[in-house]
Amino acid sequence: MRKIGGPSLTGHVGSETSVCAYERLRDGRRESYQPEENVVRTDPQQPHGSRIDLYVDRYADRARSMIASEIRALFAVAARPEIVSFAGGSPNVAALPLDVIGNMASQLIAGHGSVALQYCPAHGDPGLREKICEVMALEGVHAHPDDVVVTVGSQQALDLITRIFINPGDVVLAEAPSYVGALGAFAAYQAEVLHVPMDASGLIPEALDGAIARLAAAGQRAKFLYTVPNFHNPAGVTLAADRRRRILDICSAAGLLVVEDNPYGLLGFEGEPMRALCADDPDGVVYLGSFSKTFASGVRVGWAVAPPAVRDKLVLAAESAVLCQSNLAQLLVREYLCTQPWREQIKIFRELYQQRRDAMIDSLEALMPAGCQWRRPGGGFYVWMRLPAGLDAKAMLPRAVSSRVAYVPGTGFYADGQGAQHMRLSYCLPEPDRIREGVRRLAGVIEAEIDLRDTFGSGGMHGTVGVDTPGPEVP
Amino acid sequence: MTDLGHVLVLAGGLSPERDVSLRSGHRVCDALRENGVDAITVDADSALIPAILADPPDAVFPAIHGVSGEDGAVRAVLGLLDVPFVGAIASACRFAFDKPDAKTLAVAAGLRTPESITLPRETFHDLGAAAVLERIVARLGLPLFVKPSRGGSALGAGPVRTAAELPAAMVGCFAYGDTALIERYVTGTEVAVGVIDLGDGPQALPAVEIVPDGGVYDYAARYTAGRTEFYTPARISAAAAKAAADTAVTAHTSLGLRDISRTDLIVDEADTVFFLEVNVAPGMTETSTLPMALAAAGHGFGTICHDLLVQAVQRGD
Repeated sequence: MRKIGGPSLTGHVGSETSVCAYERLRDGRRESYQPEENVVRTDPQQPHGSRIDLYVDRYADRARSMIASEIRALFAVAARPEIVSFAGGSPNVAALPLDVIGNMASQLIAGHGSVALQYCPAHGDPGLREKICEVMALEGVHAHPDDVVVTVGSQQALDLITRIFINPGDVVLAEAPSYVGALGAFAAYQAEVLHVPMDASGLIPEALDGAIARLAAAGQRAKFLYTVPNFHNPAGVTLAADRRRRILDICSAAGLLVVEDNPYGLLGFEGEPMRALCADDPDGVVYLGSFSKTFASGVRVGWAVAPPAVRDKLVLAAESAVLCQSNLAQLLVREYLCTQPWREQIKIFRELYQQRRDAMIDSLEALMPAGCQWRRPGGGFYVWMRLPAGLDAKAMLPRAVSSRVAYVPGTGFYADGQGAQHMRLSYCLPEPDRIREGVRRLAGVIEAEIDLRDTFGSGGMHGTVGVDTPGPEVP
Repeated sequence: MTDLGHVLVLAGGLSPERDVSLRSGHRVCDALRENGVDAITVDADSALIPAILADPPDAVFPAIHGVSGEDGAVRAVLGLLDVPFVGAIASACRFAFDKPDAKTLAVAAGLRTPESITLPRETFHDLGAAAVLERIVARLGLPLFVKPSRGGSALGAGPVRTAAELPAAMVGCFAYGDTALIERYVTGTEVAVGVIDLGDGPQALPAVEIVPDGGVYDYAARYTAGRTEFYTPARISAAAAKAAADTAVTAHTSLGLRDISRTDLIVDEADTVFFLEVNVAPGMTETSTLPMALAAAGHGFGTICHDLLVQAVQRGD
């Protein structure tokens, strides 16, 4: 008889001696189950059941939150074409000239395969690092290629920065709300996250000052400030130009490193790109960049720009994490930047996303019930919407999905349980008509939820645990 | 192994249990393939009917959980296509999937079930939630257990220990359905009994006792390996074990089910068995109880899936 589970069973479940004759299928003949012969009562010889997981008592503390989640299950449905999904953050890669890129890739492998398919230094391809500096110049950054470390997406850069700076229990300052990928990295290293408020102009300098002071009063000190200054994910806001110097001064005075995460800086719909924070304080800022939104997310190429000492540690950390990044992916990106009109492609993306932003904002204005609030984003992918008082975006998600529309509840973007009254709506992927249809469905769901609130008073989801946000593959 | 042609395992669907269903379906499909059966997994979407018409399968194994999978909708369509399938027919599913209906039929068949009330959300809206909830507590007492009348995987379901918790529990329940089933909470041993019928009548499998960390068998407890402890067979008396087995078989028969089902029960301290619900497409994931019970009974999982499909083919439908 096949045993279930592992060492904790002590061989009693399914053993011949302690249970009766069970159903057996042999050559089509069957003996019937005779439960009256079941001798298992409060069997002192069966102290432990099966937990299925053989390693249940061996996981690290940081694995505790890795559990199956109801919310995550709903995102599995959201990926279906029948649902209008505002849940994902997938860029619109179909807008790329795929045939051209295909030819590029095939020539790269056929002509330079012995290099492209081989290991490379963890620092990253030197030619690519030069091109990265060219890209960053658009935001006023004048970095040296040696200061750039290529990473597997900027997510890896986030992970490595956290790895080299954070001991369990160390404090990280982040905006309220903050990027879920960052919160995940901080949680993986058991950091304590303190959220600092934002408004229409981004992170509030006085609030940052106050947070630093409160920590100092408690004898604590944050290791770094994590900020997404342009077209924030999920909040959609951009740090105003006149606040940037002030934020840098506050951090410099407190000896606080700034981690500037900038995937959307070149995706503004009006005006020129903002000047990056690291352009004005290269020694005090680690800049994280990405080709996911300006070229393609699937190639997994991002980077960090850091002062030399930090950069050296990042290279060593990258080596121990991945040996090296994909040389094939790096050379593909380098080739793309060298031979293709990448600035024009970014312009094509911008126009596409602007059209979708307009469809979303226009539909929200036309259809959302009273009490909903949002800001118009000037770029990027997201609208951050606040629901009427007493509504809970997480509790509402199952009803939304059964009404064939999806979003990400705001709770996923906070480490401290805030966010239930907010939701993130991403407009980057669906066609404008689908956006309008999705907003129509969402309005119906919110109206029904207002009705439920009026009937019962405010309610929340009881006892739900686990990850509140979708994986990257959800559209 | 009996020669079985091309079969489809239906998995996915659009209910909140889609993820669970995909895991169930893949496990069934893998087990069939390991037994040499030509099986693939397909979803219940717009590609299903064309696929069946283009290459009619010998039989279908439905593994879709929740609405459309367990309420009979997809099976009714399979019936229109004259495709044999494993499990209960559509009309039986409709009764089994509606928990209050299943409870009514169970009582008619002589089974015990917790006292309960079933109400749509409109009633709370129209008659005033506070007044209705007060009457419910006055009649059923506390603690209570609230769940959507149609659903699974404990989504929207949970215990309510104080009257103050009840409104939030109702809101959480109505997130997953328009009708709520509110039951008196029965304290006891939570037990799942699978039933398999391979032609000689429904036979109960060994009862599986479910002991979740934190005491509530919610979604996380069901689908995160390690969060729940299972005892197979359940640590109940011989008399209770027999009563549980009989209850599961009676539920299966009185609801007109076929081939396979899983009945969820509570055995209280007086060894009384309370019927909670019955499932026509039981979970088949790594943490699901029916495969555990099959293993305890000495069956190969793939063998049983294969034999049920063969039976469906022989039945013709």
